[in-house]
Amino acid sequence: MAVQLIVFLPLLAAIVAGFGNRMIGNTAAKFVTTGALFVSCALSWPIFIGFMTGELQSQLYPVLAWIHSGDLRVDWALRVDALTAVMLVVVTTVSSLVHLYSWGYMAEDPSQPRFFAYLSLFTFAMLMLVTADNLVQMFFGWEGVGLASYLLIGFWYHKPSANAAAMKAFVVNRVGDFGFSLGIFGTFLVFGTVSIPAILAAAPAMAGSTFGFLGMRVDVMTTLCILLFIGAMGKSAQLGLHTWLPDAMEGPTPVSALIHAATMVTAGVFMVCRLSPMFETSQTALALVTFVGAATALFAATVGTVQNDIKRVIAYSTCSQLGYMFFAAGVGAYSAAMFHLFTHAFFKALLFLGAGSVIHAMHHEQDMRFYGGLRKSIPLTFWAMMAGTLAITGVGIIQIGGFPGFGFAGFYSKDAIIESAYMSGSAAAGFAFVVAIVAALLTSFYSWRLVFLTFFGTPRWAASGHIQHALHDVHHARDHEHGADPHPEDEHAGHDTRPEEAGAQAVREGTGGYHPHESPWTMLVPLGVLAIGALFAGLAFHGPFIDAHEGPRFWGGSLVFDAHLMEEIHHAPLWVKLAPAVVMIIGFLIALQAYVRNTTLPARFVAHFGILYQFLYQKWFFDEIYNVLFVRPSLWLGRFFWKVGDEATIDRFGPNGAAALVVGGNKLTARLQSGYLYTYALVMLLGLAAAATWAMAR
Amino acid sequence: MNSLGFPILSLMLAVPMVAAIACLFVGANAARWLALGATLLDFLLGIFLWSAFEIGGAQWQFTEFAPVFGRFAWALGIDGIALMLIMLSVFLMPICIAASWSSIEHRIPEYMAAFLFMETLMLGVFMAQDIFLFYIFFEAGLIPMYLIIGIWGGKERVYASYKFFLYTLLGSVLMLVAMLWMVNNAGTTFIPNLLTYDFPPEAQTWLWLAFFASFAVKLPMWPVHTWLPDAHVQAPTAGSVILAGVLLKLGGYGFVRFTLPMFPEASAQFFWLVMGLSLVAIVYTSLVALVQKDMKKLIAYSSVAHMAFVSIGLFAFNRQGLEGALIVMLSHGLVSGALFLCVGVIYDRLHTREIDRYGGLSNNMPAYATLFLLFTMASVGLPGTGGFVGEFLSLLGAYEANSWVALVATTGIILGAAYMLYLYWRVAYGTARNPDAAAMPDLNKRELAMLGSIAAVVLWMGVYPESFLAPMRNDVGLLLTRIERANPPGDAALVRGSGAPAAAGAAQHGASATATAAHPAPAGSH
Repeated sequence: MAVQLIVFLPLLAAIVAGFGNRMIGNTAAKFVTTGALFVSCALSWPIFIGFMTGELQSQLYPVLAWIHSGDLRVDWALRVDALTAVMLVVVTTVSSLVHLYSWGYMAEDPSQPRFFAYLSLFTFAMLMLVTADNLVQMFFGWEGVGLASYLLIGFWYHKPSANAAAMKAFVVNRVGDFGFSLGIFGTFLVFGTVSIPAILAAAPAMAGSTFGFLGMRVDVMTTLCILLFIGAMGKSAQLGLHTWLPDAMEGPTPVSALIHAATMVTAGVFMVCRLSPMFETSQTALALVTFVGAATALFAATVGTVQNDIKRVIAYSTCSQLGYMFFAAGVGAYSAAMFHLFTHAFFKALLFLGAGSVIHAMHHEQDMRFYGGLRKSIPLTFWAMMAGTLAITGVGIIQIGGFPGFGFAGFYSKDAIIESAYMSGSAAAGFAFVVAIVAALLTSFYSWRLVFLTFFGTPRWAASGHIQHALHDVHHARDHEHGADPHPEDEHAGHDTRPEEAGAQAVREGTGGYHPHESPWTMLVPLGVLAIGALFAGLAFHGPFIDAHEGPRFWGGSLVFDAHLMEEIHHAPLWVKLAPAVVMIIGFLIALQAYVRNTTLPARFVAHFGILYQFLYQKWFFDEIYNVLFVRPSLWLGRFFWKVGDEATIDRFGPNGAAALVVGGNKLTARLQSGYLYTYALVMLLGLAAAATWAMAR
Repeated sequence: MNSLGFPILSLMLAVPMVAAIACLFVGANAARWLALGATLLDFLLGIFLWSAFEIGGAQWQFTEFAPVFGRFAWALGIDGIALMLIMLSVFLMPICIAASWSSIEHRIPEYMAAFLFMETLMLGVFMAQDIFLFYIFFEAGLIPMYLIIGIWGGKERVYASYKFFLYTLLGSVLMLVAMLWMVNNAGTTFIPNLLTYDFPPEAQTWLWLAFFASFAVKLPMWPVHTWLPDAHVQAPTAGSVILAGVLLKLGGYGFVRFTLPMFPEASAQFFWLVMGLSLVAIVYTSLVALVQKDMKKLIAYSSVAHMAFVSIGLFAFNRQGLEGALIVMLSHGLVSGALFLCVGVIYDRLHTREIDRYGGLSNNMPAYATLFLLFTMASVGLPGTGGFVGEFLSLLGAYEANSWVALVATTGIILGAAYMLYLYWRVAYGTARNPDAAAMPDLNKRELAMLGSIAAVVLWMGVYPESFLAPMRNDVGLLLTRIERANPPGDAALVRGSGAPAAAGAAQHGASATATAAHPAPAGSH
């Protein structure tokens, strides 16, 4: 019963909060949704621990028949195995903390029941995704989280940018779903079932088979895996289908933490791990996964180094870390991918929620150029962000001789991925290894850059439109009931004053008389819990996740666990083990030099390498290229088909042409305009009369 | 006589017919209540019909037979497919009457009579077992529709109904000629007998084309679709609902009832014609929908794209395709009907269908925005709604038939999301562009009941479609046995490999190569 409660309580809560809305009020909606999530979370951890101790086995809980059509039998059911258990704790833990955090963050929003209903709805869809026993239910969860993501990105629907971002997220994800759908169709065609266990059992025997696809003869498993992987690319924002993720930051920050960092965007990684026996049958598909993952890790890291919006930096960081997970899966280290997914959920949610706390303190200013020196004003947030940064950059000491190593979460998971890439030995893996080292340097750099720009140096708040707005409000507090911001959602209001393309130095320094406040306890508690996760999740859980001996027992066949590779990574050369730490320190030092010690450096860099800077700042021009390649041609074609196709061709030579002929020939204009109905009835009746006469006469 | 002991099908035809005549003799308000009462009574009879329908029983149930003259007979009877379409019609009818409650302001008794008359004729199409009886219902059903567009329509109503007429006329004449030939050749007008009669393949070709001319217009398929946007735009709200909800289903029903089972060889022969036109329709009309400025026109074009999923599924020649197409017909009937109602709700308030006049309706009409969102999502085929089940099965069937068809058709899910979300954005999100749009009140109880009841069925169909699939399963099976002899081979032609490749050939996969032989190949078995 526990599993059904875990999955359906959030749905129930969403329905109550969503339909109750203004009737039940803010407080009730918050209690119902948050309460439901904490219950789900409390029920999930025992399941996870049960799998770690080996008490629990994979189990299937049927719910209801769904689509039955001939050989196709799709049922609603909940499958729980170790892989699901990992996702259950990730989803319910982060979700319950984000619910609680939103009490504080969304306190002034006028439509809180709607917000909490969406959050719980998202959680339900995500739980359906991770408990899916067949591909179609996975697709249900897949699209369900897409819907919730759409609703939450566009939550502040009066902002045009939020609407555009929401629609972009949905449509780009649909491009991925296009591949996913075709993958499901092909899988059913080949295997005659969509049940995941049945497919995985039959997959090895299907290796090397060929079938006709688009007029070509192609390898079955390679084609199916690539099609399914396209779905994963869309959901997990991999290079080419990543463009929606940075824009998704238009949503409220708790949403970014839950959906666009910790859970939904990792669904693609989960899918590849879930279907790992399928991917194992095609080296070509695995090489593609590796290559795409590595390319994304590098691309996103480069872009992340020059962004000024604090949330966008973290968004690109997420994109990059997802790339790490994918190439880990691609080189066969699925357990390492899942481990990184697990640790990343904690430290990335922490970074986002920390950023939210900063944004909250800075009156919805998101531009880091207007931050600075916040260390002393919001110390708890500062330390939480430090914990997240230590985790993402992978700070730690490897085990040397008899000294046991220790590190923060990312140290265990990221290093395991990098070492796996080195040890696995294929060409794609070699590329991934080199990329991973470079990306690790960039990760360290942008993460510390964020910390230094935000918390160190001198305050640069005075020039921020948001801060000026806040000060203005405070001055008028006596006149107005609300001294605080009546429009907390105006995250982009004051950006007309933003200096173009300038380094932080162009911004006027000073506090402007503004006093940032630390966030309320509802926001700080989640930060604290996640900080503990970011600091210790790696140490506590690396055994069951990636240890060559404990791993197989924990995973219990729920993914392909390569014990050999997991053993091998302990024997990687010392330089491979040290490389991540070295580049991490280099990245830190560069950031320290550029953003603390000599703050004129970034501006000089921009002046010298303007083209490179623009290329990175404009995100490699993906949006512009897609606009020219897809968006505009679609609209142009639409207008062309409408005006030239329908109106000027079909109508002209069809009905209008016929009318002209009839009218021209017979002077029947008047009859035709009013009498066609009778003509028609007459024709029909005459025909019938003829038919009847003929039938009788026979 | 049937097992119930009374002619329920005739009764269901008589109730709206009698009410239609009665409407002409009463005042406006009485006509409204009379129409609502009659359609609700028919709906109750429909529920009774569904509950009495024996799933897995005889193919034709509730049959009635009364000779009229010559071979021409009053022969009624339904199978599961007809049952579901009857349910769709009787469910939508009371909603249509409710939608016209206050928006129709002149000649109300005649309007209600036209709707009730149309209900009789539509139900007759699905019940008829005599081919000429079918023809009468099929063609005559459009007369009240012409009247509804031509009398109670918008400014361009004359042009719209003229176009409607012209397209339909050509098809119906050809179909009648074909029917005469068929009856002459087979020596029977009884549809169940015709269904088992094998027409010579060479004759099938032109018979197929004659029927296709009629059904393709009704469906509608590209390029004979241009009457639909005009008809929808000009028709009053309830007219659009019934046009999209039921009349468009007549084409699909015709394919299922006549074209496929009676001309299987010709259907296989024209596989690429149907697929080609359907694929063009999906891409072409979706793109056209993307640039529409008129709400109704946008949804009308989206209907053409959605009905292409029907034709693709039907001509996929396999169970998933057929059942998917039938579910698309049902779910599209509900969803597009509901979308037209959504347009009607705000048209009644502001008297414009121009998308740009609206915006930010989530603020002042939250209940409306929520339901509109649900139908938007059902239209883009979000899993959990009826739209998904149909689209998924139909595309799955298409893939089994040909991967090219599936590839192009599946782009519809991307384009569909684009035009529907773009519409929703401009209407419900953003800020109000006009003070009058911002002042519109939210749904009243009548509107809430109309949209809410459709929403419930759409979700029901999405979560537990078995209720709708089960009654049709046998009939789809019978149809499959008719057409499988002509089934064109799929393009997959799976060739099994040797099992796990060397690279991944770890110990646990060792036995797989031997297992291959014992494992039957499911591919290609439809």
